[in-house]
Amino acid sequence: MIEVQHLTKRYGDLTAVSNISFSVASGQILGFLGPNGSGKTTTMRIITGFLPATSGTVKVAGFDIFDDSFEVRKRIGYLPEHPPLYNDMSVAAYLRFVARIKGMPKAEIADALDRVLTRCGLAQVADRVTGHLSKGFRQRVGLAQAIIHNPPVLVLDEPTIGLDPHQIIEIRALIKELAGAHTVVLSTHILPEVAQVCEKVVIINAGRVVMEDLLTNLTQGQTLEDVFLRAIAQEEPPGGEPHRSEPSHGVEEADL
Amino acid sequence: MRNVLTIIGKELRSYFVSPVAYVVLTGFLLLGGWFFFNLLSRFSLLLTLYLQFQGGQGAEAANRLNLNDYVISPLMHNLSIVLVILVPMITMRAYAEEKKGGTYELLLTSPVRTGEIVLGKFLASFLFVCLMIGLTGIYPAILLAFGNPELGVIAAGYLGLLLLATAFVTVGLLTSSFTENQIIAAVSGLVATLLLYIIGWPADTAGNVLGPLLRYLSVTEHFAEMVKGLIDTRDLVYFASLIALALFLTQRSVESLRWR
Repeated sequence: MIEVQHLTKRYGDLTAVSNISFSVASGQILGFLGPNGSGKTTTMRIITGFLPATSGTVKVAGFDIFDDSFEVRKRIGYLPEHPPLYNDMSVAAYLRFVARIKGMPKAEIADALDRVLTRCGLAQVADRVTGHLSKGFRQRVGLAQAIIHNPPVLVLDEPTIGLDPHQIIEIRALIKELAGAHTVVLSTHILPEVAQVCEKVVIINAGRVVMEDLLTNLTQGQTLEDVFLRAIAQEEPPGGEPHRSEPSHGVEEADL
Repeated sequence: MRNVLTIIGKELRSYFVSPVAYVVLTGFLLLGGWFFFNLLSRFSLLLTLYLQFQGGQGAEAANRLNLNDYVISPLMHNLSIVLVILVPMITMRAYAEEKKGGTYELLLTSPVRTGEIVLGKFLASFLFVCLMIGLTGIYPAILLAFGNPELGVIAAGYLGLLLLATAFVTVGLLTSSFTENQIIAAVSGLVATLLLYIIGWPADTAGNVLGPLLRYLSVTEHFAEMVKGLIDTRDLVYFASLIALALFLTQRSVESLRWR
């Protein structure tokens, strides 16, 4: 569903992402891990079409993000690092606006709004102005805007940040529910979250993929913490190719 | 088209749910009313003075006084200066606030074309300045009710004022699209609109080539003609080109984020 191939992004002299490749199968939840500043957000911004890559390609649902950006954008729901809220709009008005610019037919918007308000636990704040909401609610409104138009692909940049434990459990359950019908790329720092929610894990460090594998393969007899720490501590092999226990680029498991 | 309407709706809503619209409208009408009051008092003072002259001379001079030249025309020029300052403040948030607040990411990752974003934001600000300028119509309306100014000249002047404001809107939107800082957007917008306003000043001493060019580039030059009641295609072409150019550059500026 998502294929990232040899993606590189430079900001001037700074290389944020260097020749990374990975893929996500349809209906899969991918845990996208890495230390701060490792290039997670940059990669997600490229996948969603917000930033252009310096080189390399990304295909979402078969559409190239550079040549068919418009088609890709129709199919993606995106929760950026900071929820993109208009602080002077009410929650309901904001979500209606998002549904419209995502191209939802007018007749379906009211139902979609009700559904998403319930799903994200926002019913009681529907008429509140988003600027006055607590961080947890803002995060949930951010998630609601990403899923309101029911996109096949979801890109979520740290969706559970700022939530209390109770909300985290709810949102995790929600994301788990989304699997199957949606393909999800989820970045997070919370490793247990990945262990609970994701089927596949990609770990990047300093702009390179250092690990790409199914969760079940990675955690045989060890915790994800160990795997993560070892992956980011590991010296780069002389060839420059990062360790990959799975066939490269995962083309074999790409669904078509 | 649907996307354009959605964006217009969102923009207009954000003007009116925050105090921005009300502060701007009140300020503009307050200043307009002050100009109008003072111009009208001066007019009536002159009229009484002239009529006090003995013989036909005074009456003749009083006849030459008219509302168009002594009240409406200066009023429009004064309002145009206020627009130089206010329009960049109306447009400063258009792109800068979205960039700062992260909503730019939402807009640009949605299936909306950059042209639709640019057009939507432009039309929303345009409708807002239409309202601003439309509300100042009460001043000429008062004159029409109690005096006999020439309606055609007023209409031409209003068209000029609207074109000038529209041109300023597109320039303000352009500067807003360059930055995520609203102050920078407002200041550079103000500098740009003011420069357009005064760029004709050295025209008389700038020589035969540069002089006419500077005069042509100046908004004031074209605006002044329309305030006099003259609608010339050249002036319309000037405003249309300025508006189209600024909109085009804004579209490029927004689109540039997608360039490799």
